Amino acid sequence: MSFEVNGTPFPQAPRAGQCLRTFLRELGQFGVKKGCDAGDCGACTVLLDGEPVHSCLIPAFRAEGRAITTIEGLGGEHGTHPMQQAFLDAQGFQCGFCTAGMILTCASLNQAQRTDLGTALKGNICRCTGYRAIEDATLGKNNIEESVEAGAAFGRSLPAPAGPDVVRGKARYTFDTEIDGLLHIKLLRSPHAHAKIVAIDTSDALRVPGVHAVLTHQDAPSVLMSTARHEKDWMDPEDTRILDDVVRFIGQKVAAVVAESEGAAEEACRRIKVDYEILPALIDPEMAMAPGAPIIHPDRTTANRVADAQRNLVAETHGEYGDVAAALATSAVTYEATFHSHRVQHAALETHGGLAWLDEAGALNVRTSTQVPFLTRRALSDIFQLPMDKVRVFCERVGGGFGGKQEMFVEDILALAALKTGRPVKLELTREEQFIATSTRHPMRVHIKAGADAEGKLTALQLDVLSNTGAYGNHAGPVMFHSLSESIAVYNCPNKKVDGFAVYTNTVPAGAFRGYGLPQTQIAVEAAIDELATQLGISPCDMRRRNVVKLGDPMLSPPPSEFHDVLYGSYGLDQCLDLVERAMQADGPQPELSPEWLIGDGVALTMIDTVPPAGHIADAMIALNDDGGFDLTVGTAEFGNGTSTVHRQIAATTLATTVDRIRLRQSDTAHGGHDTGAYGSAGTFVAGKATHAAAMQLATDLKVAAADAWLCDVGTCTLERETVVSGVRRMSFGELAKLARERGQPLTANGNSGGTPRSVGFNVQGFRVAVNKGTGELRILKSVQAADAGVVANPMQCRGQVEGGVAQALGAALYEEMVIDATGRVTNPKFRDYHLPSFADVPRTEVFFAETSDTIGPLGAKSMSESPYNPVAAALGNAIADATGIRFTAPPFKPDRLFPALHEKFG
Amino acid sequence: MDLNTITTVSHPQTRCDLPAWTAGDAWLAGGTWLFSEPQAHLTRLIDLTDLKWPALTITETHLSVAATCTVAQLDGLACPPDWLAAPLIGQCCRAFLASFKIWKTATVGGNLCMSLPAGPMISLTSALDGVCTIWKAGGGEQTIPVINFVTGDQRNLLTPGDLIRQIDIPVATLKRRTAFRHISLAPVGRSAALLIGSLDADGMLALTVTASTVRPIRLSFSKAPVASALRDAIAQQITDELYHTDIHGKPLWRKHMTLRLAEEIRSELLGARSS
Repeated sequence: MSFEVNGTPFPQAPRAGQCLRTFLRELGQFGVKKGCDAGDCGACTVLLDGEPVHSCLIPAFRAEGRAITTIEGLGGEHGTHPMQQAFLDAQGFQCGFCTAGMILTCASLNQAQRTDLGTALKGNICRCTGYRAIEDATLGKNNIEESVEAGAAFGRSLPAPAGPDVVRGKARYTFDTEIDGLLHIKLLRSPHAHAKIVAIDTSDALRVPGVHAVLTHQDAPSVLMSTARHEKDWMDPEDTRILDDVVRFIGQKVAAVVAESEGAAEEACRRIKVDYEILPALIDPEMAMAPGAPIIHPDRTTANRVADAQRNLVAETHGEYGDVAAALATSAVTYEATFHSHRVQHAALETHGGLAWLDEAGALNVRTSTQVPFLTRRALSDIFQLPMDKVRVFCERVGGGFGGKQEMFVEDILALAALKTGRPVKLELTREEQFIATSTRHPMRVHIKAGADAEGKLTALQLDVLSNTGAYGNHAGPVMFHSLSESIAVYNCPNKKVDGFAVYTNTVPAGAFRGYGLPQTQIAVEAAIDELATQLGISPCDMRRRNVVKLGDPMLSPPPSEFHDVLYGSYGLDQCLDLVERAMQADGPQPELSPEWLIGDGVALTMIDTVPPAGHIADAMIALNDDGGFDLTVGTAEFGNGTSTVHRQIAATTLATTVDRIRLRQSDTAHGGHDTGAYGSAGTFVAGKATHAAAMQLATDLKVAAADAWLCDVGTCTLERETVVSGVRRMSFGELAKLARERGQPLTANGNSGGTPRSVGFNVQGFRVAVNKGTGELRILKSVQAADAGVVANPMQCRGQVEGGVAQALGAALYEEMVIDATGRVTNPKFRDYHLPSFADVPRTEVFFAETSDTIGPLGAKSMSESPYNPVAAALGNAIADATGIRFTAPPFKPDRLFPALHEKFG
Repeated sequence: MDLNTITTVSHPQTRCDLPAWTAGDAWLAGGTWLFSEPQAHLTRLIDLTDLKWPALTITETHLSVAATCTVAQLDGLACPPDWLAAPLIGQCCRAFLASFKIWKTATVGGNLCMSLPAGPMISLTSALDGVCTIWKAGGGEQTIPVINFVTGDQRNLLTPGDLIRQIDIPVATLKRRTAFRHISLAPVGRSAALLIGSLDADGMLALTVTASTVRPIRLSFSKAPVASALRDAIAQQITDELYHTDIHGKPLWRKHMTLRLAEEIRSELLGARSS
């Protein structure tokens, strides 16, 4: 057998049932990615005799004697294919995990296909961009600002530093590395929603050739923890064990097999005999607190930070300002309704997983797909009682996160397996495992009551939230608290009341998800504002203007918070409302639609604290190199959020140099310092502030060093174009580095940010929709979002974050839906049954930025990564209500869900 | 994905070479479904490629589509000008949830064997009066109209070891005027209702309902029905339990879309303006 890959013959032969994708990766072609392994996402696209195919579906033996081209070979030796260059010029990627497949597909399209990208690209999913930047690439647009002079990088549309590697398939993601002697882990998962493990017989499994170990609850530390990672451990309950003797959802891990191959590990999993004592299961969150309901964590107490385990209550909150009931009784208009936000999945294209090994010094190394390497190291250190310096956790490039990787789902098992076997180990979750056994958004039932006076001033706002956290309480409390915070704090209202309950059920756990609870309550609050406005005959934008907090107004949500560090570092909500209102009123092409299509507009707003509460820490270190460039070390991770670009811009601007002179090292605990992690939109606002502080310090140090050499007053020194200047004297950074080396005083500086005080950011979304009253189909005719991101660090990237947020939120609002049946099983754990937005599903969104400058954020910037998601479902619901006169309260707004009410009303 | 339990792939070149069917065997045509899901019960793949069945053969009476004909090959067929039904081929290929990249590999026979309600090759071949030829496991052949071959959601008349050899479509039906409608929950999503109407020279109207129902259903009218007659016929012949339900569409909606699309087809074929 002989296989020709990128012009090079390989003598290796694939296994009988092996697919081309894994065979190519075994041959070192790491540009071939796994998004779904089922032919649905296109990340594994390669060319076979010049034709694009999904390599995960091609039996490897069929590629024999055919020319295989992967992304690494598309441009020829050291070359760049025009489509690769086009993706670079347009910056048609964020995390870049889909990019290889996207480029190979786009490079294969004929002219006819290029004019209908919605059809041509239906086999390529991008979870990050919202597709506009990809379309730009196919159109040959250049979105990059060229030739930015030294010291002027901040605020400019500079490209992502990893771009050249991303488009050539050379950027290294979690599994893109070779390790000799690697063993593979497969997990046996529970088929029962609730059961006690009476006995596990592993003897048959251990007899499978190639099996090194079978790990069960008897092998794992019995320490209680949470998979959620926060700076403060007290934010989450201790209710989870690495491997437990009770299973609480279908898909929970029961045992881990460590074997020479995935095939052997799978076979051993099938041979493990588990004796379960089935326990009654609780699936419906509405029943969780009812008398007689099965108790899911009976042994947990408040000492474990579980509010009331006997009622399946992880966390609750209650509070009232004023008197809501009295206010509602006397309000000119009132509104009351119940909204249901469903369960959706992050669907980052790179699945969870990692590799772990013990190095020569005996330290545990974990290379993993995470947003929180430092917090994961701390957890592993605690659980396995290892000194912090004996644990290293790191990531290179991560293929998407969206909150799903602010958890420890695999690193604990990886560590356990590496420590038990002494061998390097790998665990790579399948797409199905992502759906059934990682985390989801918290499904919520939100009951709202609201009132206003005749002038349209809010008189009362009341929210009653039931949040379903699933089998474990990771993020249960913080998500519930967050959902009840900014969603109502953004409105001035004398009477506010909240009741929140986060309950356990025997279903896949919910966890951190972009928006962190706000989208689920926002849809209710923003609907109520519109409904009150409609009753009063006030326009939706005016209603909001009359009620939103203005600069200096207290931002209040009961009960009183213990955190008082949220300030108006800047305020652009008024601008955002104006921008969206104006854009929605602007003349545009009128679509030709039959009278069956009902047209309506909707807006919704969101406010978000720029940092999570209770501390978010980042350290940064920057050092001058001999060549006059700088090494910048940060802890925050890059998963398409674009912070790598922004950190270089901050440092280059502060140090009067260009971004290419800043070499970034990131997301590795071995680099020292601490970083809470890339979550809560902290990559720019917190970690960027640390980088800014480090660069400011180094800028001072550079001036002091030059002043010392010149024997002049440091106050006369400035930095200009990679040079220290004082009067007519000039010393280049390279000369300064030489001087420092001769003096034995290397020029390095540290910066730190504690994540406090915090500021607030704003987003306003507007939609014009057409709803077909005969079919329930929905078309988005116009989509507008205005964002208040402070001084925008990188307009191109920030626009991409907004567009991507809108696209992901439209997925949840229109299509995506995890269905859990009466037994607790996820019935649609694959992309073909969980419709992620494809090119054809996502409208172009006009993006506007408010002109503000934040007094707290670095160089005036604010965070802008999760919040663009938050107002989207709410605005869509308002637009549908405007079009149809029907208030739909439970997304996703699919045709088959809209149809019954439309049919009833319109026939 | 890797099928790690597979230990052997056999490559028969003739029917005589076909190995005796045993538990753990699977036919491998395109493999686009087989390799898309875990198949831990399988140990051997029997690759049909080397049988080298001609993908498409046109005779005076029939278009013969080999089971191993890929969707792309069918889509690329240059049809004679008097095959008025030719546009249906492209319309049905485009109704695939999968993209053009999968069409190069996925086969017509594979789509029939999967017997999903939304299988567009089922829609196409049943609407065109296609007849499957089945090589029976024990030897011999059997012919079954496609409309009867699929019996329910992922259910059909094949017994273990049976193999679809080809689907024969009469040239006469390819000369009929046809109309095509489908709808999905998303612009390029999986079909939730896919209806095909055809009108022959004698005025006979045939309506084939797929995707919205668990199996293809054929309604025939010796002369063109009025709207109410069409509605009544659908209500009578497609009872509520025949409407399919899954994540891709609720049955009540599928039912109404079936009625709606059927009327659009009737109007189009009878020359009226479609609503």
